[in-house]
Amino acid sequence: MRHHRALALLMCLVCWIASAGISAAYADDAPTAAEGAADHGSNSAVEQRLNDAALAGNNAWMLTSAALVLFMTAPGLAFFYSGLVRRKNVLGVMMQCLFLMGLMTVIWGLWGYSLAFGGGEGFLGSLIGNFDYAFMNNVKMQNGVAPITVLDNLPDLSFMVFQGMFFIITPALICGAFAERMKFSTMVVFSILWGTFVYCPLAHWVWGGGLLAFGEEGALAGGALDFAGGTVVHISSGVSALLCAILIGRRLGFGHDDMRPHNLTYTAMGAAMLWVGWFGFNAGSAGASNSLAANAFVVTHFSAAAGAIAWAGMEWITRRQASILGTASGAVAGLVCITPASGFVQPMPALVIGLAGGVVCFFACSKLKAKFGYDDSLDAFGVHGVGGTVGAILTGVFATKHVNPDYADGMFYDLQGGTTLMIGQVVAVIVTVVFSLVVTFVILKVLDMAMGLRVSQEEETQGLDLSQHGEEGYIVS
Amino acid sequence: MKKVEAIVRHFKLEDVKNALTEQGIHGMTVSEVRGFGRQKGHTEMYRGTEYTVDFVPKVKIEVICSDDNLQRVVDTVLKSAQTGQIGDGKIFVHDLHDSIRIRTGETGEDAL
Repeated sequence: MRHHRALALLMCLVCWIASAGISAAYADDAPTAAEGAADHGSNSAVEQRLNDAALAGNNAWMLTSAALVLFMTAPGLAFFYSGLVRRKNVLGVMMQCLFLMGLMTVIWGLWGYSLAFGGGEGFLGSLIGNFDYAFMNNVKMQNGVAPITVLDNLPDLSFMVFQGMFFIITPALICGAFAERMKFSTMVVFSILWGTFVYCPLAHWVWGGGLLAFGEEGALAGGALDFAGGTVVHISSGVSALLCAILIGRRLGFGHDDMRPHNLTYTAMGAAMLWVGWFGFNAGSAGASNSLAANAFVVTHFSAAAGAIAWAGMEWITRRQASILGTASGAVAGLVCITPASGFVQPMPALVIGLAGGVVCFFACSKLKAKFGYDDSLDAFGVHGVGGTVGAILTGVFATKHVNPDYADGMFYDLQGGTTLMIGQVVAVIVTVVFSLVVTFVILKVLDMAMGLRVSQEEETQGLDLSQHGEEGYIVS
Repeated sequence: MKKVEAIVRHFKLEDVKNALTEQGIHGMTVSEVRGFGRQKGHTEMYRGTEYTVDFVPKVKIEVICSDDNLQRVVDTVLKSAQTGQIGDGKIFVHDLHDSIRIRTGETGEDAL
């Protein structure tokens, strides 16, 4: 698909150069503009220039996108989450986000990138990447042998660092489930293990040409469409978060103590930051500054908008007041839902996807959680696990070749072909859920025995800020 | 000497202060407090979880006055803080043993 875009960009540039004339410097390489344009296929110098121009555009957008995705973890998620806890734990949550920016980046550089995107032969190669890129070996400054070879005209380093930002935010999302009671040291080891043994394989399966990659030979049920990480990021972190919440247990005083969010102004601003950062997350997943990126940008925005008003609307109907927490949560739910679909659906279906995300996640957070009584403190599962699943399914409904001709039509456009795609989507969801649950379970059990998951009752009552970090969030004199 | 403790609504604080100042009271202590009396609290909802908030925020004003001035102070607070709705607050009057101005060491009513 990216070939087509690059080619289109190439053609546009050729026309532009032909009509606008050429610079003196350009004339050094190409005898005349007309010749260069008319016969560009055989003129490698012209082609080189055009590639350079394409690279400049792509690289600018991808580096910007990488920064935007980092911005999602902190300040975005750090604000969004920390506003929802009690004031004695505000630093504990911010610390988890900020610390993971450091920790996961180091892991990504050392072995994470290689395990996710490294090549590999045979069955093992379809399960996990090899060590070709470990310690940043073979990751070039130039447009080189990027594992995702469809990314023309983009330096390997840009692709690597963009993907690295996803590696940061995914475990950070899980922190919402065990907020206010997880031991910091255990959280650190958990994130290293989870990133290595859950995230890296999943990223490899979906984006690295492995088990779940659409149209890949040997993919399960034909593979699934996941443009920007609905399964890899949101379903994986969401269901792992649910398991964490259950295994760690409820917070002391759950259902009894006053556990109201201590500062919803943080949460509102954090949600807005996530909304902005998500443009990098989804539109950057086009891997280029092209029309597909524009589509992803627009549908991301539309879905967030629809999600925000859908959740607020549900509150309006059920309790006659729309809340800012509901609006913020709805926007995030819409963003989660559109993530797998953003490179495959058109704007109007995006409104439907956002609406569905807002409504379904509203029920997941308010009714489902209350019914089963688990303490997913900040609704990491209710928003990311549930929203990611809704998004994966709706991608199978609304995907269209009008947006992405290289992939497939969903059930809405082609019932027969779309059903095949839908089976692939459902299988991918099930595989992701089962795999994440099993590996997360093993990691948590081992850590529980080795170092304990939870702080002591005394420390929990005191708050994580003081007991884990020896600091206080608010010193107002 | 008496200490008058008035617990009033936030938006009445400015009125009470101005009225007391007009009556020649030139000192008071104000603090944010929470509590409940006849005024019921309210419920808040966060992502479907309901919390009952029993403690209603109010402002506590503390004024020290001479015995002679007591009635005037109480009347002034009563008049300026009243809306007639439940939740207007309360006034408590205490006997005060002594007061001392730290700067000069003056005591009793001279220190007010």
